[in-house]
Amino acid sequence: MQFFGGSEISPSPPPPTVSGNNAHMLYVFNRNGVCLLYREWNRPLKTLNPQQDHKLMFGLLFSLKSLTAKMDPTSAEKGNLGVPQLPGQGCSFHSFRTNTYKLSFMESPSGIKIILVTHPRTGDLRESLKYIYNLYVEYVVKNPLYSPGAPIKCELFNSTLDQYVRGLG
Amino acid sequence: MAAIYSLYIINKSGGLIFYKDYGSAGRMDTNDSLRLASLWHSMHAISQQLSPVNGCAGIELLQADNFDLHCFQSLTGTKFFVVCEPGSPHMESLLKYIYELYTDYVLKNPFYEMEMPIRCELFDINLSQAVQKDRVALLGR
Repeated sequence: MQFFGGSEISPSPPPPTVSGNNAHMLYVFNRNGVCLLYREWNRPLKTLNPQQDHKLMFGLLFSLKSLTAKMDPTSAEKGNLGVPQLPGQGCSFHSFRTNTYKLSFMESPSGIKIILVTHPRTGDLRESLKYIYNLYVEYVVKNPLYSPGAPIKCELFNSTLDQYVRGLG
Repeated sequence: MAAIYSLYIINKSGGLIFYKDYGSAGRMDTNDSLRLASLWHSMHAISQQLSPVNGCAGIELLQADNFDLHCFQSLTGTKFFVVCEPGSPHMESLLKYIYELYTDYVLKNPFYEMEMPIRCELFDINLSQAVQKDRVALLGR
């Protein structure tokens, strides 16, 4: 697993899957459900205020994770539905698709959740999310002025992220 | 190795009206399947709320680490979803075919009460044939 040991950003970012800018938004949550970062590039429809939106997103991920952990058809011992699970425990999910968007999800061993919402026809973004996690480690965690659990306000991180996501397609 | 692990049909209010297991590891009891079905119903609804653009109709495909979940929602709000191996092809068409079977053998059955659990022998028979046929198509490739 590259994303938790490496001391430098993986040498080259994974190649973009589709050309053109089609990322809608990105969320970063910590393990307590605090939204550390919210970026949006293209979001014409807003049904809720930002705070409610973050809560709903975190709730959706939490419940989907307990659903997949319980539904996992390959393991016999699954425990009860809705019991909170540690990161990496139980069967998780990496993306879902609706007719209007695709949501890709990654959880690090420390419980950092990265969510990228893109066009529904985007390919597999698991490598890209790992790369974004690497950016987070490099520019946020290693920033001496950043205190863990606080919203991310690192300019360098935001600009690198913007650049990467725009190139992502 | 079965390509399809299980099939669920839920009515428009999230109640499980049909559940069939085709060989998942570990038994799921009735309560669990009911709770999973209604949980899926609400997740489906929330995913529509979070859409960045207009006209979202809910989750079509959920890719988990060990399985894929394909969901089809009919115009009346009945949801059909199938849990299968990651990367199984032809699941959309299988779901549409199951929907056809549902309209033919369940909705046209005069003894069937709407939104109630499905107990129709003909539906069961045709459904198991459809799933077998799909399995054969997958094995034949």
